Formats: sequence, C-alpha cells, structure tokens
Amino acid sequence: MASHIFAAERLHNYNPMRRDIFQAIADPTRRAILVLVAVQAMTPNAIAEHFDIRRQSISKHLRILSECDLLVPRQEGREIFYGLKIDKMKEIDAWLDQFRKIMEESFKRLDEVLYTIKNKKQ
Amino acid sequence: MNLLFDFTVDKATKTVFITREFDADLSLVWDAFTTAEILDQWVAPKPWTSKTKFMDFKVGGRRFYAMVSPEGQERWAIQKYTSISPKTNFKMFNAFADKDENPELPGSDWDYTFSEQNGKTIVHITIYNESLARMEKMIEMGFTEGFKMSMNNLENLLAGLSKK
Repeated sequence: MASHIFAAERLHNYNPMRRDIFQAIADPTRRAILVLVAVQAMTPNAIAEHFDIRRQSISKHLRILSECDLLVPRQEGREIFYGLKIDKMKEIDAWLDQFRKIMEESFKRLDEVLYTIKNKKQ
Repeated sequence: MNLLFDFTVDKATKTVFITREFDADLSLVWDAFTTAEILDQWVAPKPWTSKTKFMDFKVGGRRFYAMVSPEGQERWAIQKYTSISPKTNFKMFNAFADKDENPELPGSDWDYTFSEQNGKTIVHITIYNESLARMEKMIEMGFTEGFKMSMNNLENLLAGLSKK
C-alpha cells in the first residue's frame, strides 16, 4: 500500500502531463460518464446519446478520463468500448482511508496529551 | 470514553470534513491546536516526530515545521495563518516546503472551528486540497512503514515511466 502510493507520487513528479483524478471527477458530465460505464462498457456514440451535448465534447471528456486512467478502452471490430477501471476508483478510496486513519490516530494522541495536561493542572 | 469522530469527503469539491470531540475545555483544546509545544506532541504519525522551527500564531504569521523520521529524514512544511478569531476559529494555508522555507505549491486550505458543550470541545475541520498529488503527499507523510519500495513495485514504476 505504502509503496504503491509512493510510486504514484513519483509518477506525478516525473510526468507533468499526467492528470489529476480529482480534476477528472470534478466535472458533472464526467461523473455521469463514469456512472454509465460502471454498469457496462460503452462506445462513445452510445455514451453521447445520454447527453445533450456535442459529440466532440464527449470525446474530450473520454480523453481526459482515459488520461486519468479511469477508463479502459477495448477494441471490438471497428468499435471501441470504454469500461470503468474499478481499481483506479478504489485507489482514491484507499488514499482517503489512509488519511482518515492518520487523523484518527493523531487525535487519539491528542486525547492523551489533553489528559496529561489536565492532571498536571489539578 | 466514546468521543465523536466524523470524517467525510466530497471528492467533487476536493474537500474533507472532519469533526472530533475532545474531553477538555475549549481554551485547552484551542491551545493544543495553536501552540507549537503542544502541537509537536501529537500531530506527527508514529514513528515520525514533529519539530517546529518557529511558530508565529497571528494573522499573516507562519509555522515552519518538519516531520522527522526515525532515521532523521526531515519533511518540511509551512503553515500561514490567514484568519484568527480567538477561541472560535482559525484558518491557515498549508504547503510542503524545502528546508529553506520555499513552499511547494499548490497547498491546501485548513479551517478550524471550536465550540464547547457540557465541558467537551468539538472541533470542525475543513480541508480543501487543490490537487490529488498534494493529497497523496499529505498521506505519504503519514506512512508508518517508511518509504520502502519492493523490487517488484520499482519494476512496475520504471515500466510505467518508460511508456510515457
């Protein structure tokens, strides 16, 4: 886990082109696309049918999501199907879970520090 | 004792919300978050320790501190206080830094609100992170197992880098 995050951090540092996952999911259309392809892999045309925006901007969103490694393309004949890369979404949760633990542990230390200070005062 | 702890994340707005209750009166909890001597006793994740080089708790003032690993490796950060309402709220901007106090941007914005109820103090913390990379680094600082990288991971990393 730890080494994995470290590796990801290095990639960020070495590759300025790599996009930020939070940037990817900050956009409502992109979040909707992720929800769609989470159910089943879809072609860009099938995805575009769900939105009232130009096909070009759907392509742009798909490109950003792919660059963030959130989508996995699969070629079938002449069509490309985009599916959700579940592992990547899990990574976000793993990072956040780690952060939650760090905060929780530091607060427990603070409980002890507060307890010690209160006892000294009495 | 069961003390309230709540941690929620809004990924879309890149914001983390934390609420924690402490069994102490407000002025003591306020001191614990705003004086270097007490902060250094609890903020660092084990086995790291916190070392504050200087802390000037006033609007525009800064705290320059390091997380120090058991091997002596130092990871520096700077906090700049942007707003202070004594014993109620303070806001700061946090950024990683080099040992010469040069911040690495972007950083994150932290907002702390304190309130007292029946002798207990509740602290609400809101953290806004501009980038995921920053969030990763914040977590990296909390590693309990250091920066060990297995050969396997190193291989994957190098393979990934060569493809770019």
